[in-house]
Amino acid sequence: MADLGLAWEAAWPAVRTLLYILLILVPLVLSVAYLTYAERKIIGYMQVRLGPNRVGYKGLLQPIADVVKLLMKEIIIPSGASRGLFILGPVLSIAPALAAWAVIPFAPGWVLSNSDAGLLYVLAITSMGVYGVVIAGWASNSKYAFLGALRSAAQIVSYEIAMGFALVGVLMAAQSLNLSHIVEGQTGGFWHWYVWPLFPLFLVYLIAGVAETNRAPFDVAEGESEIVAGFHVEYSGMAFAMFFLAEYANMILISALTTLMFLGGWLSPLPFLPDGLLWWLLKVAFVLFLFLWFRATFPRYRYDQIMRLGWKVFIPVTLVWIVLVGLVMQTRYAYLVH
Amino acid sequence: MNFQAALFYFFAAILLGAGLRVIIARNPVHAALYLVLAFFSAASLWMLLEAEFLAIVLVLVYVGAVMVLFLFVVMMLDIDPDRLRQNVWRYLPVALPVALLIAVEMVLILGARYFAAAPAPAPLPAGYSNTKALGEVLYTQYVYAFEVAAVILLAAIVAAIALTMRRRKDSKYIDPARQVRVHKEDRLRVLKMKVSRYGEEMHDHDAPHGGADAASSSGER
Repeated sequence: MADLGLAWEAAWPAVRTLLYILLILVPLVLSVAYLTYAERKIIGYMQVRLGPNRVGYKGLLQPIADVVKLLMKEIIIPSGASRGLFILGPVLSIAPALAAWAVIPFAPGWVLSNSDAGLLYVLAITSMGVYGVVIAGWASNSKYAFLGALRSAAQIVSYEIAMGFALVGVLMAAQSLNLSHIVEGQTGGFWHWYVWPLFPLFLVYLIAGVAETNRAPFDVAEGESEIVAGFHVEYSGMAFAMFFLAEYANMILISALTTLMFLGGWLSPLPFLPDGLLWWLLKVAFVLFLFLWFRATFPRYRYDQIMRLGWKVFIPVTLVWIVLVGLVMQTRYAYLVH
Repeated sequence: MNFQAALFYFFAAILLGAGLRVIIARNPVHAALYLVLAFFSAASLWMLLEAEFLAIVLVLVYVGAVMVLFLFVVMMLDIDPDRLRQNVWRYLPVALPVALLIAVEMVLILGARYFAAAPAPAPLPAGYSNTKALGEVLYTQYVYAFEVAAVILLAAIVAAIALTMRRRKDSKYIDPARQVRVHKEDRLRVLKMKVSRYGEEMHDHDAPHGGADAASSSGER
């Protein structure tokens, strides 16, 4: 019995961590399911349609029906495909999208790993996501998929630079790479949020986030009207669903990061209101709504326009603003950026 | 063997296996992907040494950016693995001495007779931040070396662009600034036409006028 107790004591941290991971991932996957429902409903209303309304009350069971449908479908592997990599593609796409959640704080102390290099970790892990797309596109042995993969690789690498520079501005203001500290640095009402002193960086980060997740108007990697469905044209069933899941999980991740770094995370907008998870959820939902709104509003960018926007507009804007923030921090107006 | 040592051997085994596969993989895309795995395992080893900044930057820069571009190029090249193999004997006289040299260097360093290997680093105190320590040293003690390295990299970037950039004469490039400045009036012309039933156009007096208008507007293009 003593041995068993000792073994349990040794295993407990691992078990507890696994439980925490489940506590994060299960709501996340559910949110992904209902984000697809919200997207179809919201874009439906924006285009004066009803959206899904047949399965369940007002179509609320539609995501469940979709999941069941995808589970039942056969995964077809093309005969010319590189078999191992074809299966590895969706896995490499979903794994970084989920792994990045390890350092995301939800409320004071509610974080799986309170790492001091949290922001860097998120950047590094999300930069791995492009491999899923590139490998899937190459392994499919299809021209459309290959074009999608190349477009995606060029696009994600370009926008990652602007995104990284936007984060440099945040860490200059917060003086920390720890996401919890970044949120705590914005305490004291919505006028203390970093969105105000770093407004250009906020815009760059948000737009680069849309591009990083391959969402409209930057969805040239999929481009239904040009290259059918881009990198995942050969995928079916659950393998396709993995890409779908990864895209939406990444959307929620970018929204959460925008919330944490620019919109004060779990902090309430007015100092006399209590802070908490509710504010975090509301802000994330707001940023997610922006994602859907963009999709319903803007036509797709042309490929050369995307490259121009990333390299010739966003990177110079972030560089100038970082220098400006650095200069202001040396003067007696430094309180403006802290 | 404690947990950390087990982790070390685990990642080191993956690193060695992946490195081997980089050399022997037939398909260049597979080789590039194994190189990605090797980088990732190396980053994990650095993480075990409490060099979290270097580890994450290795993943961010090499795995997240450099290798993506590498794959981008390798995928687009039409490489025939069998034809590449024919050159092995031609390059062997150069490759063997280089390999031998590297092996000798490794033996000298690991053999710990002439160049004693550094002792295992002592566990660092809890509050120690590798990121901060690195930044302090980089921007004070080694600031000139750091700046010189940055300038050399900048020169390399400029040179690479200057060497490879060619302006095609027949490219239908449009200045984006001019594209943005275009107004609706420049491109779009709304024609007002009278409503008419099918079969009545022939008798309608305004129809020839409307037709001429449409023809002239299409002629303008």
